[in-house]
Amino acid sequence: MLPALWAVQDQFGYLPSAAVAAVAEELELVPSEVAAVSSFYSMYFSHKPGQHFVQVCRNVSCALRGADGILAHLGRVLGVEDGATTADGLFTLEGTVECLGGCGGAPMMQVDRYSYEDLTPDRCDNIIAALRAAPPVEPGRDGGPGGRS
Amino acid sequence: MADDLVLTRLVGRPGVTTLEGYERVGGYLGLRKAVTLTPEQIIDEVKSSGLRGRGGAGFPTGTKWSFLPRDVFPRYLCVNADESEPGCFKDRYLIDELPHQLLEGVLIAAFTLRVSHAFIYIRGEYRAQRELLDRCVAEAYEAGLAGRGILGTEWDCEVIVHGGAGAYICGEETALIDSLEGLRGQPRLKPPFPAIRGLYGSPTVVNNVETLSNLPFIVLEGGAAYAQRGTAASPGTRVFCVSGHVERPGNYEVPMGTTTFRDLLQKAGGVWKGRALKAMQPGGGSMQILGPQHLDVPLDFKAVADAGSSLGAGALVVMDQTTCLVDVAKRLVDFYHHESCGKCAPCREGTYFESQLMHRLEAGIASESELATLSDICANMDGRCFCPLGDTATWFVMSAYRMFPDEFLAHCGAGRCPVRAARPAAA
Repeated sequence: MLPALWAVQDQFGYLPSAAVAAVAEELELVPSEVAAVSSFYSMYFSHKPGQHFVQVCRNVSCALRGADGILAHLGRVLGVEDGATTADGLFTLEGTVECLGGCGGAPMMQVDRYSYEDLTPDRCDNIIAALRAAPPVEPGRDGGPGGRS
Repeated sequence: MADDLVLTRLVGRPGVTTLEGYERVGGYLGLRKAVTLTPEQIIDEVKSSGLRGRGGAGFPTGTKWSFLPRDVFPRYLCVNADESEPGCFKDRYLIDELPHQLLEGVLIAAFTLRVSHAFIYIRGEYRAQRELLDRCVAEAYEAGLAGRGILGTEWDCEVIVHGGAGAYICGEETALIDSLEGLRGQPRLKPPFPAIRGLYGSPTVVNNVETLSNLPFIVLEGGAAYAQRGTAASPGTRVFCVSGHVERPGNYEVPMGTTTFRDLLQKAGGVWKGRALKAMQPGGGSMQILGPQHLDVPLDFKAVADAGSSLGAGALVVMDQTTCLVDVAKRLVDFYHHESCGKCAPCREGTYFESQLMHRLEAGIASESELATLSDICANMDGRCFCPLGDTATWFVMSAYRMFPDEFLAHCGAGRCPVRAARPAAA
């Protein structure tokens, strides 16, 4: 089931209800059974997010090294509240994500499928600027341009 | 010291994340040796190595394997790569740096246990690592190391990389199995344990990434060579994830038992900015707090348990003198509230009340009597939840309250966080 939902989300960026119905038909289930599963997992979207999904980890290891300041900075740079999407539809900012396993490079964030570690306000500005200019950004060694070496 | 390393000794070798590069430094020799042995011989080596599970519970791996009922097939192997414990990032590191070492360990376990399918369940957030593993698995199939007739034998095994989709609870072995089956990832009642009735009702072993990554070494060099590292009670090495207020956060592989928290802290460059240590949390977000008085405790299962905590999944989060423990506890409680699967009431409701209360306390608007309520909520959760998630949602906060009662009390009715207020502006 999860791989089928991933295939849909990779195609559309979220899980449109028509696609959920198609998955249900393919797996010989009723749509509510598929919806019960998709709604359980935090990474499946029922609505289309911005082109880039920016998740800032605020769990302990990142919080101890300034994650709250990073989230506030990104909110100012993007001009959106936590959880909102920019007017141009380019970025969705999410600050309620749980530990992303990048504590060694805290504070860190994940944009789409790549991690960006050792964040400073300047580094955030550069990452956002690069994403604005030429999406998608090619991953560096740890997944981010100029990532940890 | 480098000779003591097991898991990370090949990190950084040129091209080692590819099959060719990994084989150039001796990769898959363990698997090649394994297929010339009997499963019983391999289980004996694993038992003599003393290897204990690295996912958190620390159960002896060889013993876990021997719970599989004889002659019941098909059997399945599930690889737990759902690492989501706050403060843990070793499995991601082991996959990023040495994906084929993990895959070789998976195949050795699969051969030993005679499983037909091995599923690597990797958390959804590790998308880049999932794609890396997909590529490595394809390389292994191409080279005859996976699939049909592996290495010219009559042994067949399919390896499937399966991505999760954002749920901490799927690191619990029965929730992982439910998730693999396409359900909401919620724990199952045990017994029956997965070894008897697991994935699709068949005998199943669930092992952690780090546990399996040790197998190529153990098979190639022998269980005794592995057990030479560390101590008799805690044999082998372990990768510890050091994070928080240290100069050099990162993963450090050290021998267990002979290394202390102080040694580990020194490896990470000590507490940052020349500050003093206030507290540390070993084992990941679930485990109890320790203080500076515990720095000389060895990284040994029993010694850490005697100190009132656990090595858990191998993390160490370091907190300096400026840290507010109420704030840290609030974030961890929020984590469990967010990740509670909702199956049982003590956890579903308890984490909600805990979270509400910790937010009031951190903001300085809770009354002293609410601290008693907090203890009451936690007492009604610990030991009364369906799975360990609910129990562990109380461990850090209650241990921090016991170690720093004055700090918790000072928040009551203060109107703000007194610790933050006392911090110099530059901090």
